[in-house]
Amino acid sequence: MPPEPIPQTLETTYREAVREAIRDAMRRDPSVFLMGEDVGRYGGCYAVSKGLIAEFGPERIRDAPLSESGFTGAGIGAAMAGMRPIVELMTVNFSLLALDQILNTAATVRHMSGNQFGAPLVIRMATGAGRQLAAQHSHSLEGWYAHIPGIRVLAPATLEDARGMLWTALQEPDPVLIFENVMLYNMAGQLAAGAGAVDIERAAVRRQGRDLTLITYGGSLWKALDAAQALAADGIEADVIDLRTLRPLDDATIMASVRRTRRAVIVDEGWRSGSISAEIGMRIVEQAFWELDAPVGRVCSAEAPIPYARHLEMAALPQVPAIVRAAKATLGPT
Amino acid sequence: MPSLGADMEAGTLVEWLVKPGDQVHRGDVVAVVETQKGAIEIEIFESGTVEEILVPLDERVPVGTPLARLRLEGEGAEPAPRPPPSSPEATAALGAAPEGGEPKPFLPLARPGPAAPAEAELRPAAERILASPAARRIASERGLDLAALTGSGPGGAVISPDLDRAPAEEPRVAGPRARPGLDLDAMRSAIAGAMARSKREIPHYYLQHTVDMATALDWLAEANAGRTPERRLLAGALFIKAVALAARRFPALNGFFGTKNFEPSRAVHVGVAIAIRGGGLAAPALHDADRLSLGELMDGMRDLVQRTRAGRMRSSEIADATITVSSLGERGVEALYGVIYPPQVAIVGFGKIVQRPWVIDGAVGPRPVVTATLGADHRVSDGHAGALFLAHIDKLLQEPERL
Repeated sequence: MPPEPIPQTLETTYREAVREAIRDAMRRDPSVFLMGEDVGRYGGCYAVSKGLIAEFGPERIRDAPLSESGFTGAGIGAAMAGMRPIVELMTVNFSLLALDQILNTAATVRHMSGNQFGAPLVIRMATGAGRQLAAQHSHSLEGWYAHIPGIRVLAPATLEDARGMLWTALQEPDPVLIFENVMLYNMAGQLAAGAGAVDIERAAVRRQGRDLTLITYGGSLWKALDAAQALAADGIEADVIDLRTLRPLDDATIMASVRRTRRAVIVDEGWRSGSISAEIGMRIVEQAFWELDAPVGRVCSAEAPIPYARHLEMAALPQVPAIVRAAKATLGPT
Repeated sequence: MPSLGADMEAGTLVEWLVKPGDQVHRGDVVAVVETQKGAIEIEIFESGTVEEILVPLDERVPVGTPLARLRLEGEGAEPAPRPPPSSPEATAALGAAPEGGEPKPFLPLARPGPAAPAEAELRPAAERILASPAARRIASERGLDLAALTGSGPGGAVISPDLDRAPAEEPRVAGPRARPGLDLDAMRSAIAGAMARSKREIPHYYLQHTVDMATALDWLAEANAGRTPERRLLAGALFIKAVALAARRFPALNGFFGTKNFEPSRAVHVGVAIAIRGGGLAAPALHDADRLSLGELMDGMRDLVQRTRAGRMRSSEIADATITVSSLGERGVEALYGVIYPPQVAIVGFGKIVQRPWVIDGAVGPRPVVTATLGADHRVSDGHAGALFLAHIDKLLQEPERL
């Protein structure tokens, strides 16, 4: 009788998990290549691609000039011509220089070409605040991208998703944007040795509770889980939903939870006005209005440029106490 | 199903007084609906032929549900297609709006007069029962009355778990009751809702004025000398007539305060506060009280009191009053400070007529006097206007022959 297989895990970090995902994709598919600013010799501004140039060479780990529009466009062209590029943009703040390429070309080419062309590339970028990088390097604009039909938007929050989303994204026939929260790169934990591709369709319930639903993604997931822990100490049990995919949103998972708990609080590091949290809140009202026992709550970033000073930066972002407060507000007057 | 008051969400059709094929005329009582306020006779405000009864007996339906289909006079006989009646002219659904559209309140359909816009605003958000969507859905499924529940949700809202603590609505008892159509407990809870809302939302101000009643009582005694006992006029009729005439002159005290704005009413429908033995209270409207002669007014009052105590008020009487008069009569005390019945904006109180030492022409002598009070909505009027209004009532009561 064979012994039970011992689950093999290894200690890793989010950064290493992303690197492993790139390495795995490069090995499995020769049409995959990585292109971006400082991804080669420097090893990436967040050191994600450190060491990859030695393994794969400068043909496949390509340093690009400071020209987001140019090299994103080159990636789109390569994808249309049959390659599977991974384009790295340093942060979502700089992606705005490439927004024309992403929105007007990548997201529309299948439509504009009458389905003759697609642009199956993956664009990775860092997002979020918390590293004192000030107002031009700290924003969370993934919600804007989730507005655009024709692309898929992913926000891996766990080691498994950091490791597994890239390969699945590369199999998509159309552009996929992956947003990596800057505060997660150093996150360490155990990852199954055989971890590989994961689905990019469904939201995940990261914690089960009966009293309310916390809906979040990316870096805010861990704050939401901490808040859920704090709430549990007061006897309040929260469902915590990790959206994982911001476009298309997994309405079914959100509504199933909200229909059960009758209360929802959305935690989003983006600014509140016109945000993905607004979209989710509206969908809840559209689809689960008659199930609600409380107004839908939100915890978002302060509507200001993210400050440089640490205490101000922390104050501008969604934090655990604010999430706990918003959660309790849905529960009643006490 | 007409809305018979701000707090009404549903009603039970307990009696049909017409059947398909019957001719009806504007003002006919066609059905009886049971509400918290008792059994209310539903009048029809269109003339024509009843085509179809849409709600069977003993069915509880939400406000806005069509009760019956009516063919208006002068229309062809071919049956109108059922849902939806394409135009309101073609087919008038009794007591409700064409399907699909904004639920049209009952009375505006019938009364395009000044009361109509106010009626449309009878149910502003602030006066609603605070209840979550889930609680509303479940309460409606189980037939529970949200107003009877205590909310534990945000802002004190009734939320779904609160419904599990509520007893299921008792099935209607088929047998005769002590007083048919009157459920004093339900009435009490309706009074509680309306009065709590009034004190919560309406910034009341109060004025008081003592009126010399000697002339009025002398005139009454003379007028009643020639009348049989059942035709005699009471001082209460003078009070109502004086208030009605004064209300016509001071529109800021006569009308409805809707969601945002005050809608003055050109018509004066005086709500007459009527106590019901056992602890009930209602203030049905005496329509166009400013235009009634004292005799008509007295007849109207007697009829209203009798029917109210029997639990047979009419739908229009429930919702139409534009100002309320509360008069304590002989068994009362000297002064009464009323609570405004929302969405009205004023209530006039009369105490007992008492003999008091009074200065007349520099000498003190006994005089019959009555204390009149005004409780009015400060959002709409100020003490100055209120004072002129009370003074005008005094003036009118000094010339009873002109009332």
